[in-house]
Order: sequence, then structure tokens, then C-alpha cells
Amino acid sequence: MSEKISGIAASAGIAIAKAFVLQNPELTIEKKSVEDSAQEIDRFQAALEKSKEELTVIKDKANKELGEDKAAIFAAHLLVLSDPELVDAVKQKIESEKVNAESAMNDVSSMFIDMFDQMDNEYMKERAADIRDVSKRVLAHLLDVQFATPASISEEVVILAEDLTPSDTAQLNRKFVKGFATDIGGRTSHSAIMSRSMEIPAVVGTKTITEKVENGVMIIIDGLDGQVIIDPTQDEIATYEEKQKQYQNQKEEWAKLVNEKTISSDKVQVELAANIGTPADVKGVLENGAEGVGLYRTEFLYMGRDQLPTEEEQYTAYKEVLEKMEGKPVVIRTLDIGGDKELPYLNLPKELNPFLGFRAIRLCLEEQDMFRTQLRALLRASTFGNLKIMFPMIATLEEFRSAKSILIEEKEKLVKEGTEVSENIEVGIMVEIPSTAVMADTFAKEVDFFSIGTNDLIQYTMAADRMNEQVSYLYQPYSPAILRLVKMVIDAAHKEGKWTGMCGEMAGDPIAIPILLGLGLDEFSMSATSVLPARSQIRGLSKEKISAHIDEILQMDTMKDVVEFVEKNFK
Amino acid sequence: MAEKTFKVTSESGIHARPATTLVNQAGQFSSDITLDYNGKSVNLKSIMGVMSLGIQSGAEITIKAEGSDAEEAIAALEDVMKKEGLGE
Repeated sequence: MSEKISGIAASAGIAIAKAFVLQNPELTIEKKSVEDSAQEIDRFQAALEKSKEELTVIKDKANKELGEDKAAIFAAHLLVLSDPELVDAVKQKIESEKVNAESAMNDVSSMFIDMFDQMDNEYMKERAADIRDVSKRVLAHLLDVQFATPASISEEVVILAEDLTPSDTAQLNRKFVKGFATDIGGRTSHSAIMSRSMEIPAVVGTKTITEKVENGVMIIIDGLDGQVIIDPTQDEIATYEEKQKQYQNQKEEWAKLVNEKTISSDKVQVELAANIGTPADVKGVLENGAEGVGLYRTEFLYMGRDQLPTEEEQYTAYKEVLEKMEGKPVVIRTLDIGGDKELPYLNLPKELNPFLGFRAIRLCLEEQDMFRTQLRALLRASTFGNLKIMFPMIATLEEFRSAKSILIEEKEKLVKEGTEVSENIEVGIMVEIPSTAVMADTFAKEVDFFSIGTNDLIQYTMAADRMNEQVSYLYQPYSPAILRLVKMVIDAAHKEGKWTGMCGEMAGDPIAIPILLGLGLDEFSMSATSVLPARSQIRGLSKEKISAHIDEILQMDTMKDVVEFVEKNFK
Repeated sequence: MAEKTFKVTSESGIHARPATTLVNQAGQFSSDITLDYNGKSVNLKSIMGVMSLGIQSGAEITIKAEGSDAEEAIAALEDVMKKEGLGE
């Protein structure tokens, strides 16, 4: 009997192969007293040398296969092995306490691991995992325990492990390792990120996979739907082989669309853009054939540091994005901080309802120095491409007018100083507050464009915190209530000859796409990897045919009715 | 004894990769070399010591060397600081 367990889809694709369970053996450290300290120190030194040899091999392999960037971590691991603070402390412990090398090494490394673990910084916490990885290697040599290393694999397998350490993933041989599944981890854990960059299908967070499976059992890893099938039947294997083939074909089909425009079957053209957080993301935007950047979240420039970014730092980042996009539209959103995104160094008071509080444009209009610095950086960068500036969380027309007048003031100052500023910068707003959607006809007379931020628009319309699991049933993107608001915004813009985009999760959602196309949305902005599937979907849809049903859809009673209708008629 | 004070200018401070280069360079010399930051002093030949300081951009750090090759050590480390774009 086969068994199916679910996890988190970390990397798309299907893998079918025998299981290779990568189990790190329990290392039992016994404290023993040892009289001959000198000999014990020699044993420790030998274990260090063996570990260094292994790590050097791994580093060279990583350098060759994953690039210098990813191999850098092993250079750091090697340094840990020759760190005098560690090595001397262990030797001293062996001598002064007359203990065995294993227990001395374990005590000292645990101290360092705890130290990094307790630091109030995610980056430092990850260093604890590095030290743990290195110490285990040394301890295994001291205890003469064999590690199952992925480097020894010489047939096609899928790897099952509790989690994969950096040194494990670096040793994976892509020729033989067809996929992997882990007990722990999420979409952004180290192993998940590596699986995507290596393009190996993976499912993480299965909780129990290593308990349930022994070496050599057939496994199917479905990285599309986050499923692992243990000991599949012949029928199941055939089904998944077919799914695998379809996915491959689909990928090839998608890849052909990279340089194509996005045109529906009845010749209506829309723009597919991508959301980014840093200039480094532009590479993925271009590789996936996006026609612009629909949302550049500038928050990341402000996060993970202890002071505000300077005008120069911001200018450099904006300029880089605009230049790399080579004249394609780039919508840059001004600082959207507050809510769930905090900046400790601003020392803002704690709020009972941060999502309804002092955030985004509200904060920027109050902290004008900070806002003006960002606007100056944007204006200076504007001559390097097709910049559009977007203000977040606008609730009233006064807010938009204030923000825009500050922008004009800074522009005039720059021009007076002799700095060149583009004359064609569109200035628009995010529509994420219901009041703004309702007043869209008035806004449309003054803004150059709208971009609907669905994540917030849904939570504000439904009055349901999207972080709260108990009210998650109210997060209803296809609810007629939301769709009616979206229609109001799009119609209002078109009446004034303006355009409307959407930059929430919904814009790349295969159920929402037909409805949005039918409603007349002009720009869809999504994560870069969704662009090609969305383009392929839109090319198969007729806008006219969907538009004819829009009134009917908006009159439906529930979200369920909408979904059923779309799945039946437009898939 | 030789010493030199730097202002860290790299945007992400001194994190894993540049720390690796600094520690590797320090290891080439026989002098005792320390890194002082924020009232703490660590052995610059210790990667974990350097990492534990969590040095951020804008920080002021002092490198001190004591021993027969102290002058050369400071000169070489200054070179690394500049080449890696860490500070001046």
C-alpha cells in the first residue's frame, strides 16, 4: 500500500526514484578522564586535519558547481577549524581537566553555538548552525562514526533528511539526486532556496518523512503540489510520470513566451510586470520575461540596519533598477513601513492596531525629512529610465495632494540646483483602503494611475487580520465584494484615460486572472516566476467572452459561486 | 606595537565573507593581533571572535598588533580593509 504525506512545495517538478535516507547519526558524547593529555591532543589534532581535508574537497566542489558566492561559506567553516579561540580552548580543557577530546570539543563548541544562538539577529543565529555543522564533523571523526555523505551517492535517488545543512546541499550531485524531502523547514529555509537555485524538485516540512521511510523504498516527490508518495503503485508511478512529462512540456512552452507580448486570443494586450524588493531581483524579472516592474518595495533599503539609508544609497539602488530595466516601466513605491514591518531605529510607539495605525504615507507626511530624502533620490534617478512613483496607503485626496506637493517642491529645488530631473514621471497611488476604491472616480482626475494592493484591500474590506488563522476564512480574494471594488477602480481610471494595475498576490492567481482580464485590468504585477504561466494563460483567454459574463459574476452570492463559474467556463 | 583605527564604510558591515579574508590575513603573522570595537577586544585570528562582534556599517574599529612583525601585519590588514571595500 502506498502512502501519501503532505508538506510545503519548495521547488517545482516531479522526481521518482529510490529513497536515500540521510541520517546524521546520534553522536553520544561520554565524558571520560584521560591521563595522557598529549596523546589526546594529538587525537584532536588529527580529527581537525581530517575534517579540514574533507571541507577543502567540499569547498572546491561547491566552487566549481555552485559558484564562488555559495562556496564562501565553506571558507568560513575551514577558518572555524583553525580558530585559536576554539582550538586552544579545547586543548587547554584536555590538559587542565584531564578529559577526553570528544567531551572537551563538545563543551567548547556548545558554548560558541549558544553564544551565537542567543544573539538578537537572524544572521548571527544562522552562524550557530554553521558552527554546529563543523563541530559535528570533528566529533564524528573523534568517535569514528561514519556519516552518510551525499557525495557517496552513485545511483539515481531522492534524498530524505530531517533538514539539509549547507555542506549536505553543496555535495549533492545533480546527476544522481533527483529530488529531496525534509522533515522541517519552510519555503524560505536554506534547503528550499538551494533546491530552487539547483532546480531540483523538493518538498519541505513533511514532519515525518524520515521516520516513515527506509533506504531503497520507491518515492515520488511532487514539488508542484507539495506531496510525497511512499512506495507508490504501478498506476501511481504512471500517473506521475505523465505529470512529470506535462510539466516539462509546459516549462518548454512557457520558455518560448519569454520575448512575447501578452495578448489575449481576441487581441487585447495587457502588461505583465513583476514585484521586486532589491536591485538584485531585476535579473529574475528579465529572465522571466516581465514587461516591467509593477512594484518595487523600497522597505528593504530601510530594514536590517540601525539608521536610515542616505539619499546617495537610495539613489544608487533606484538608478540601478531603472538602468537594468532599459526603459521598461518601473513603479517604485515610497516607504511603506509600519503594520507588520517595523523599523526599530525610528522608535515608534507600540500600537494596539498597527495595521490601522501610523504607517506608510501617514508616517511619511509626518516625518518629512525622511520622506523628502527618498523623493530626492527618486527624482535624481528618474533620468535613467521610465520611473513611476507610487504612494502607499492613501485614504483621502488630501493625503495624495500633500504628498504630491512635497514631491513637486523637491523637484523644483533640484531643478534650481541644476540637477536634471525627468519631465515624464507618472505619479500614482496604491488602492488598498476601501474609502479610496469607493472614491476612485474623484482620485482618477488627479492621479496618473492606480495600483490595487489586494492583500491589504481584502483585509480592510473584510475587517479580517490576515495573520490571524481563526479568521483566515474571510480572506476571500474572489468575493463579489472585492470584485465590485476592483471594477469601480478600473472603470474610474478608464473614464479619465488613466490605467490601473494590481500588485497583490491576486494578480498572478490563475483563478483571478480571467476575471481581472474581463474587468479590463491594464497591468498585472506578480512574483517573477508567475509571469510566464500567466502569459500562457492569458493568451488562451478571450477578453470579450469573459467581459460578457462580468455583470453576472458580480451579482453572484458567494465567493464559492464565483470560483465554480470561473473553473467551469474559463479554464 | 602598532595600531590603526578604521571607519567601517561597507554597507553590510563586517560579515562572513570579509571577516574570512581579514582573519586569513591576520593568521599569516606571528604577532598577537586584536580587534577592538565598542569596548570589546577580540583575537583577530579568531573567525568566531570577529563574527561575534556583529560590526555594522559606520562603526569605528581599532586593529592592534604586538610582536616582531607588527608593522607589516597592520599594513597588510589595512590593505585588506581597503581592497574589500570595508573601510578606511
